[in-house]
Amino acid sequence: MLRVLLLTLSVVAIVHAELCKPDAQNAFKVRLSIKTALGDNAYAWDANEEYLFKAMVAFAMRRYSSKSTTQISNVLVCNVTDRVSFWFVVTDSSKNLTTVPESEVEAAIRMNRNRINNAFLLSDQTLQFLKITSTLSPPVEPSTPIWLIVFGVVLCLIVAGILFLVVAGIQQRKKKNKDSTERENLEEKSEEIVTVENGIPCETLDLKAGHINGVFAADDERFTSL
Amino acid sequence: MEKSRPLWDNSLQFVFACISYAVGLGNVWRFPYLCQMYGGGGFLIPYFIMLIAEGMPLLYLELAVGQRMRQGSIGAWKIISPYLCGVGIASVVVSFFLSMYYNVINAWAFWYLFHSFQDPLPWATCPLNTNHTGYEEECEKTSSTQYFWYRQTLNISPSLETSGSMQWEQVLCLTLAWLVVYLCILRGTESTGKVVYVTASLPYCVLIIYLIRGLTLHGAVNGLIYMFTPKLEQLSNPKTWISAATQIFFSLGLGFGSLIAYASYNEASNNCERHAIIVSLINSATSIFASVVTFSIYGFKATFNYESCLNKVILLLMNAFDLEEGSLTADNLNEMKDYLMATHPQEYAQLSPQVKNCSLEAELDTAVQGTGLAFIVYSEAIKNMEVPQLYSVLYFVMLLMLGIGSMLGNTAAILTPLTDSRVITARFPKEVISGAVCFINCIIGLIFTMEAGNYWFDIFNDYAATLSLLLIVLVETIAVCYIYGIRRFEKDLHTMIGHKPNWYWKIMWAFASPLLIVSLFIFYLTDYILTGTLQYQAWDATQGQLVTKDYPGYARAMIGLLVAASTMCIPLGALVTFVRKRLKRESVSTVA
Repeated sequence: MLRVLLLTLSVVAIVHAELCKPDAQNAFKVRLSIKTALGDNAYAWDANEEYLFKAMVAFAMRRYSSKSTTQISNVLVCNVTDRVSFWFVVTDSSKNLTTVPESEVEAAIRMNRNRINNAFLLSDQTLQFLKITSTLSPPVEPSTPIWLIVFGVVLCLIVAGILFLVVAGIQQRKKKNKDSTERENLEEKSEEIVTVENGIPCETLDLKAGHINGVFAADDERFTSL
Repeated sequence: MEKSRPLWDNSLQFVFACISYAVGLGNVWRFPYLCQMYGGGGFLIPYFIMLIAEGMPLLYLELAVGQRMRQGSIGAWKIISPYLCGVGIASVVVSFFLSMYYNVINAWAFWYLFHSFQDPLPWATCPLNTNHTGYEEECEKTSSTQYFWYRQTLNISPSLETSGSMQWEQVLCLTLAWLVVYLCILRGTESTGKVVYVTASLPYCVLIIYLIRGLTLHGAVNGLIYMFTPKLEQLSNPKTWISAATQIFFSLGLGFGSLIAYASYNEASNNCERHAIIVSLINSATSIFASVVTFSIYGFKATFNYESCLNKVILLLMNAFDLEEGSLTADNLNEMKDYLMATHPQEYAQLSPQVKNCSLEAELDTAVQGTGLAFIVYSEAIKNMEVPQLYSVLYFVMLLMLGIGSMLGNTAAILTPLTDSRVITARFPKEVISGAVCFINCIIGLIFTMEAGNYWFDIFNDYAATLSLLLIVLVETIAVCYIYGIRRFEKDLHTMIGHKPNWYWKIMWAFASPLLIVSLFIFYLTDYILTGTLQYQAWDATQGQLVTKDYPGYARAMIGLLVAASTMCIPLGALVTFVRKRLKRESVSTVA
């Protein structure tokens, strides 16, 4: 009884070794960078973590093919290194000694990549499936590029400033013209009004020409200063 | 009634206007490069000697001429001697060429500024290729910041011959840049005087913020040590002295007529001697200050790249040999490399082409100047800082202020002679003349928004102003000293300032500065003749780097035209005046 058990175990072990080895058919290499991702909160990679990994892969296969035949024991892990990298294969429970084709495993992992990453608190870069390239998420593009919005705001401000200055300049010029014409009109008007001073109409005094009284004229400027 | 000449509100506005004009992009992106190339801290020695021998005297000369003659460059030189009207016209032509291409830099600064309001910054990561499996090929070959500059900003063509189409985004930015300039010069000194308070002081605020940020960055000290260790053997290299002289000369903006224009709006009793000394000292101090900031940024960028390179090598070795994480660090990398080479010789030999030798010195040695420094190196450093959007906005606003400040001076150099001439002012108001100048410049500037636009920009940048300015300033100095007469000039200064210039100024004006300019001129001419074919750097998208190409025939013709258009004005002006006087004398004699 014991011998039969030992025999079956050794057969299983040999079969496993056959199916799961580096560069085997339908095998994938996985590489984890736990310390890079988590720093001080890094966990050690041990048998429990391996068990979780096998469970996640089995979960992925179940979700993908929606037949609940894949068991944790179908996932074989081997060649674990210090780097934390290893190889794994998924065996087919219905057919003996065969592995599930590469494409199926790849598709399953791709579909559930996010769940697998989150189970280990890692990301696409720190939990690498070496043959499975991850599709990079495109950056979020708003419908109008942001730079156009800022450009529009600045443009409106500048144009408003220019219009304000131009209009103010035109108004100033108009006011100046009006002032000078008003002043001219005022001078003409004052000549028509007959003002009377001491009974003598001012117009006879001839405001424009006038007489300069030599004594009272302030003509200091005509003499050079001492 | 005679309209009185508009004046600055106070002398502070004049000083700020001169500082805003002189302190421009060259202080930020050319001086640090020269410092690095020509001996680090030792470069300051020829720089200061040239400042004293050439910078201050010529600046004082131009300011004094403008203040005395109270006219723009054309009018001022006509007063000194009617045969010199060509000098003024040459200044206006050079200023015209400069304003054509200089505002494109402001357009680029606007482009980067508007793109700084995103998270992450668009030049931080490469865009994805069409099927989202990896990054764009061109971006992979070069870096994301270079890709953003060459492909997404310029959309540069492989050579000058393939002009390509106009980039509508750049057209929009250029239009905006010209609208901003128009807004500032619309009312003449009234508006310019207020604007220069901002354009002169804001760059200093930003530089101080960057100095504090730069000095606290990791690895900044590497850059500062690298810059300031003087390599005194460079002092024996004549190129060092020539570069110092050239830098002082072009940094102060002599010969464009802007300084004459600004000084003409001064009161007659303004102390332009003191202002000349202040402006030139502030300009040089700003250059040094900006280079301290630039080198701390360089140091940060170089250290960052060096550490990234090391990390890449470590990751590569760890993955290849399945070593435990954390066993390979930067310190034990070399020993581990030897160990791995000894224990696994074949696998190591397979890997060795990918294992790069990372060197901090090599990263620091990459000296860059010009638009490359301002838009590529700085944006690369900014994307690695914390809160990069803030620093990016601050930096590009500073570039804008520096650029707009210089543009105000350039347009003043063109507009002042136009508004001085009564023929034009009688028909059109000031706003229309300024608008027309801005509009014409904007239309011509559309050349620089084409795909090959950056190559044309380089042509204008390298050849439009260099030789012509040297000639203009040489003629100016000789004219003032020997044609106008230095005694007459002394008396004018005495009336304006209250004391005669002392022997230092007179010796510099009469002998030192003209000699320096003549030697610079001879050097440049011989350099152009000896190099033979002129070449330019073209961007090769397939390789992801710059390659050298020869200028085609029509580009060389354009270069010749640019230089000739301004230099020929001087003799032509003298000739036309001579012919006109001859004809007048003849007509007078025939009448009599």
